[in-house]
Amino acid sequence: MSAVNPLLPPIVPEAAPFWEGALAGELRLQRCADSGRLLFPPRSLSPWGEHRPPEWVTLSGRGSVWSFVRPHPPLLPYFAGRAPYTVVLVALEEDERVRLVGGFEGEPAIGLAVRVAFAPSENGIALPRWLPA
Amino acid sequence: MKDAAAIVGIGETPFAKRLEPSETDLAVEAISKALDDAGVEASDVDGLASYTMESTSEVEIAKRIGAGDITFFSQVGYGGGAGPATVGQLAMAIAAGQCRVGVAWRSRKRGSGGRPWANAGPDLSMAAQWTRPSGLLRPVDEIALLARRYQFEFGATRDHFANVALAVRGMANRNPRAMMYEKTLSREEYMAARWISEPLCLFDNCLESDGALACVLVAADRARDTRRAPVYVHAFAQGLPRQSHAMLNYWCDDPLEGPSHVCAKQLYRNSDFQPADIGVAQLYDAFTPLVPLSLEGYGFCGRGEGAAFTEDGALELGGRLPINTSGGGLSEAYVHGFNLVNEGVRQLRGTSTSPVAGAESCLVTGGEGVPTSAMILRKA
Repeated sequence: MSAVNPLLPPIVPEAAPFWEGALAGELRLQRCADSGRLLFPPRSLSPWGEHRPPEWVTLSGRGSVWSFVRPHPPLLPYFAGRAPYTVVLVALEEDERVRLVGGFEGEPAIGLAVRVAFAPSENGIALPRWLPA
Repeated sequence: MKDAAAIVGIGETPFAKRLEPSETDLAVEAISKALDDAGVEASDVDGLASYTMESTSEVEIAKRIGAGDITFFSQVGYGGGAGPATVGQLAMAIAAGQCRVGVAWRSRKRGSGGRPWANAGPDLSMAAQWTRPSGLLRPVDEIALLARRYQFEFGATRDHFANVALAVRGMANRNPRAMMYEKTLSREEYMAARWISEPLCLFDNCLESDGALACVLVAADRARDTRRAPVYVHAFAQGLPRQSHAMLNYWCDDPLEGPSHVCAKQLYRNSDFQPADIGVAQLYDAFTPLVPLSLEGYGFCGRGEGAAFTEDGALELGGRLPINTSGGGLSEAYVHGFNLVNEGVRQLRGTSTSPVAGAESCLVTGGEGVPTSAMILRKA
């Protein structure tokens, strides 16, 4: 079983505050300065209102499972060694239209209340994981 | 552009898990067969259209088939969303006078050439950076996430997905060109199959195929003089909904209302045929859950009713809406949906191995869940 996740994302400037928040154990997302609507995935300008740069806000890190899957091989070796594992899509408490993908330990169910718990850092990246709230 | 252009020739290579010729040679074979079928000289070809994911270039294809001077060429993005758009954009170009003889094609060695998701690195610069690192690696994982939610919201079951897989396999079992021609599939075999990404099993997935297909279009007035009965491009549309992401359509307001809804609205606006008038359809089927979602998107039933629509053999020959009558991507071959185009033509020529009696039109769709396209073909 290979030890390091081969698919760690590149940290692009417009998403850097998300990953800084993750290392600090906080869920930080963008919010449109004009409409107040949460924005994900991150981008340099809001698609709404005056198209200004969105502001970064810290969220509760709570949500509910919108859906989940259990991948089985064939998979890349790193993931095949861990299969079957659970991946959840979580609708955030602050705006259920904003959904985040992450790992999950335990018995998943749609609607299950969860909270974010970032994984230990690998090469400076802490991936979002979710636990029952 | 309604009925302004027609498909007058189709061609394809054999389909197999592994074919020896290169993708370029396969493309040339399919195009040459399509031109021969149409009775059109290669030197008359002046329009070309394919997918951005196509590895064979316009330059190589034009040179190798012996095309004339090319005055229109176009590539359409988003993989399986592109199929009908390659034909539709040629039809628009012909209607606008930008070319006179168009060739659309797709050549792919997806069976022997490796799995795109196994080389996932480059894609991490886009939306996939938010999903792949957590293990949502392959298109099947991305669609399985929607499928699970679809089951939860609307009471869809594995039996409904099996209805799709079995109906389409039945079509392949009548089509000697289909990779699954000799392999029957029972509901018991479906239920016992190994998981690929729960809740989807092996038979919810399309085949891994090598092969190429092509078709030839000309203007309607010229089509009357060609060798075969023309099949008109009656209506065509593309759809890329607001705030959508290809395959990862999780950040729009409602992920279960996919690009097909936007595409269908535009399609029917320009069509004399509405859903109730359409008796046969070729629905993009890389994964079985895309079919109920497309049945809803293209207006054959209401939202959440796509699963129930598949019951009582509705998708089989003799049913309410036979689909993918050559076996589709699930059981004929998976060539990014281009086999659905050629089968739409055969269906209206009356040469399908699963002919639908009285069909005057045929809907052909690209992939649900990605920026997509669709067209309605009309019999001469």
